[in-house]
Amino acid sequence: MHWVSNIIVLLLILGAIYAGRYAARDRFWRENAIELWRRRPVAIGVIAVYLFIALLDSISWVDPASEANALTSGRARTIIDRIFRPETFKEASYSAPLASVAFYGGQPLLHPGAHALGTDLLGRDVVYRTLKGMRVALLIGGLTSLVVIPIALLFGVTAGYFGRRIDDAVFFAMTVLASVPSLLLLIALIMVLGKGTVQVCVALGVTGWVHFCRIARGETLKLREADFVAAARALGVRDGTIIRRHILPNIAHLVIITFALSFTALVLSETILSYLGIGLDGSWGQMIDQARNELSRTPIIWWNLAGASVALFTLVLSVNVIADAMRDIIDPRTRREGR
Amino acid sequence: MSSPLLAVEGLSISFPGEGGHMRVVDRVSLSVAAGETLALVGESGCGKSMTALAIMRLIPKPGRIEPGGRIQFEGRDLLSLSVPDMRAIRGARIGMIFQEPMTSLNPVTTVGDQVMEAIELHADIPREEARGRVMELFGLVGIPDPKSRFVAYPHQLSGGLKQRVLIAMAMAMRPRLLIADEPTTALDATIRAQILELLRDLSAKTGTAVLLITHDFGVVNEVADRVAVMYAGQIVEQGTRVELLSRPRHPYTQGLLRSIPKAEARGHRLEEIKGTVPRPGHWPSGCRFHTRCPFAFAPCPIEEPVRTPVSPTHAACCHLVEREVQP
Amino acid sequence: MAAYLTRRIGYGLVTVFGVLFLLFVLFFAVTDPDDIARKAVGERARPEVYAQWKKNHGYDKPLFINMQASDAKRYTDTLLFEHYRRMLTFDFGRSDADDSPISSRLREGAGPSLSLTVPLFVFGLALSVAVALFVAFFRETYVDRLMLVVCMLTMSVASLLYIIAGQYLVGQLLKWFPISGFDPDPAVIARFLALPVLVGVVSGFGADTRFYRTIFLEEISRDYVRTARAKGCGDARVMVRHVLRNALIPILTNVVVQIPFLFTGVLLLESFFGIPGLGALTVEAIQGNDFSTLRTMVYLGALLFILGQILTDISYALADPRVRLG
Ligand SMILES: Nc1ncnc2c1ncn2[C@@H]1O[C@H](COP(=O)(O)OP(=O)(O)OP(=O)(O)O)[C@@H](O)[C@H]1O
Ligand SMILES: [Mg+2]
Repeated sequence: MHWVSNIIVLLLILGAIYAGRYAARDRFWRENAIELWRRRPVAIGVIAVYLFIALLDSISWVDPASEANALTSGRARTIIDRIFRPETFKEASYSAPLASVAFYGGQPLLHPGAHALGTDLLGRDVVYRTLKGMRVALLIGGLTSLVVIPIALLFGVTAGYFGRRIDDAVFFAMTVLASVPSLLLLIALIMVLGKGTVQVCVALGVTGWVHFCRIARGETLKLREADFVAAARALGVRDGTIIRRHILPNIAHLVIITFALSFTALVLSETILSYLGIGLDGSWGQMIDQARNELSRTPIIWWNLAGASVALFTLVLSVNVIADAMRDIIDPRTRREGR
Repeated sequence: MSSPLLAVEGLSISFPGEGGHMRVVDRVSLSVAAGETLALVGESGCGKSMTALAIMRLIPKPGRIEPGGRIQFEGRDLLSLSVPDMRAIRGARIGMIFQEPMTSLNPVTTVGDQVMEAIELHADIPREEARGRVMELFGLVGIPDPKSRFVAYPHQLSGGLKQRVLIAMAMAMRPRLLIADEPTTALDATIRAQILELLRDLSAKTGTAVLLITHDFGVVNEVADRVAVMYAGQIVEQGTRVELLSRPRHPYTQGLLRSIPKAEARGHRLEEIKGTVPRPGHWPSGCRFHTRCPFAFAPCPIEEPVRTPVSPTHAACCHLVEREVQP
Repeated sequence: MAAYLTRRIGYGLVTVFGVLFLLFVLFFAVTDPDDIARKAVGERARPEVYAQWKKNHGYDKPLFINMQASDAKRYTDTLLFEHYRRMLTFDFGRSDADDSPISSRLREGAGPSLSLTVPLFVFGLALSVAVALFVAFFRETYVDRLMLVVCMLTMSVASLLYIIAGQYLVGQLLKWFPISGFDPDPAVIARFLALPVLVGVVSGFGADTRFYRTIFLEEISRDYVRTARAKGCGDARVMVRHVLRNALIPILTNVVVQIPFLFTGVLLLESFFGIPGLGALTVEAIQGNDFSTLRTMVYLGALLFILGQILTDISYALADPRVRLG
């Protein structure tokens, strides 16, 4: 399996480079990107760090050294795994941050003072688990959206552009899917499809699809009536070309903002799934769920909860902040007002 | 001219923008005498609406009126009034109507109630009497069948009728000054003429002075007593209608006049003023028009021209005019 | 108006049919009824027990067409038809997990759910709208900016964390309220509901307030507000007489659609705080692989949503003269 993940990472990097070069050439995107960077450098920096760590945790390979070791043989290990060596870097059970003795019992630790955020019930390093969660979080939000957006765009834009039968059909499908409360639909899908990363992402995709599609359809409907589209039509430009040249570039910014907003919604709803026992393995939601009774212990164990919560909060906050700034930059209407 | 009804002196308005603040209106001075109609003319974006809103102290945030300017109205400086005092002037002593009759009325309240609110805010009279006044006003501004219109919602009225309702609202307290910001731009031609005639009639009947903002010299020709021409946040020429239309002195005014279609010039290409309007905050140095002026010469890019009278009622800000008047 | 209403309700019905088909695909076509049965009776159950269970729970028919039956029965004696018939007549059958009749559990759960969701809804709405109006009044000042930051921060916290933190802080540290439990006795019910309501209000506060603030700001930027100012309205009067009145329309549409959901409760809050409502029932169904209960809850949720939409459109039509008077 590890090579699938590696290829996806490669494709994503290539896609990012391509998008970046396109954006650098186009004045609208370049200026907005610069403005965004000027306004929210910290949030962008945070996202970059998360992306980097997720990247380190996505590239994995099998090598002779790990084959030789009985604990790791047969498994591809990521760069993060190689840095932390979780197979040996662990304790018997709980230990407090930077402690040198176990939390219960007081036996000396195997790695005294080395666990910056302590260890969990099974003795796993909390920093390591938190870092591993970044990849899962980005996977939940990012991969799902990346799969969904093209599909939603396809349906939304064709429905909005061609109207009539196609629009009726797409609109009906959207109405039906939107009628089922999204959390319930999500749960039903996962129950039906079974647990697992792919299933959860598919389920999240099916529920998130409608939102994008609605926005793409609505914008396309508006654009279709716009003068420049009418002019292009009158000149006999082919529909496909109009969509590619005039419609898609003009809804791209909305898609990006919607992406950012749905990303946070997805990541947050995964915690609920984790509580229900149908979340993704290794997610922060699972860490929070496992740690939820630890606060009632005396003395209290907070570091498990803190590690995952802070990482989750920082990610969601940064994305929210960036989405907000993007909306402000692209649509400054909310600022213009009379008094 | 004895002391005018409205005298704006050195009014500047600025918005925070790229690198500090940018002035969208720069040291504007103009005056309106009681009962007269002053047309404020200029290309889009030159600051006409902002000047008008400043008189009402309704500049949208985050814009602000810079200290140093004065707006004298009926002998009082509006800029130093308290907020309640200013509120008592808005709608009562100065009425204002806007460009977009379609969106300028509250969609969920009947038009009668909206006009009535203008009365109730300023006069402590029983509802029935206020109602009667509204009916009267509707008749005055030419709304047919006032009784049934009173309970109509804005969406049930045509654009022309809506503008009449807005005029009724602005005239409800018989203000001394009516500010009309492009009142006819959003209407079609026949209705435009009717509304202009209504404004002229009202002004004559009630003695209300009008500050009429427009970019249409046809409108100027029909209703204005005097004209002020604005360019890039400044007044560049001011004079009576006849002076300005027949002997414009500023090259910008001349350009504007040349660019209107005339019956006798049919078939000729319309002349346009070359170049684009500079953006606020990016005003050219010296005379702001020099980048587009066909007569620009040495001092223009360097020195700002001063206001030069060419007759007791006519003045222009142009180096050429300065040379001519005092060689 | 009557024609509009008929058309609206008609479309609602068609949507219900669509939803039912979606549910059918999910719960019968994608999930194998055999799997459900095997999970319920255990892997090593005898074939008769297994067949009997399937028969009792109505899983023993073919999906679309019954080849063994004749005439109309060919099409009616199928899972598809039965599914539609039962759902449309609110005959929900028995739980896959413990055989209890679902309808009676729904009746039992509605009360506790409502006793949580109604106060949550009322307090949450009042707080958000009030704060949003206040903030819109002070727009572009530090009050506004501070509130936006607060909203942004509170929005970015997972609801699970609010519950955990709420239970710890208020229930365990301050010991104001019991951590969890429920007692319908009116004398003590508030003690049990206070904490979940508080947590619920806090976790919804940020997003709602921002939403309402946007609505208010949108209204404030309209031309008619400028007109109102120009005729001498003061700030407070503009806000209440003009802005609030217009903003009520979008607020209403947002609020009415939530009302039906008061019945279905809140999954996490109920489950965490031990409130025996429909949300907790759903969580139980998820954890116990109880497909029939889950199916019913999804259906009810969709039904209530469609109902909410219809109500929204009607109230919208009543509130907005542009729609009411055509
Ligand atoms: N909220 C704002 N922030 C920044 N600049 C603004 C704002 N509102 C207006 N301006 C600027 O102020 C300048 C003057 O605007 P104003 O509305 O007075 O122009 P105008 O002469 O009335 O034009 P028009 O004929 O289009 O109505 C414009 O160039 C505009 O860019
Ligand atoms: Mg204007």
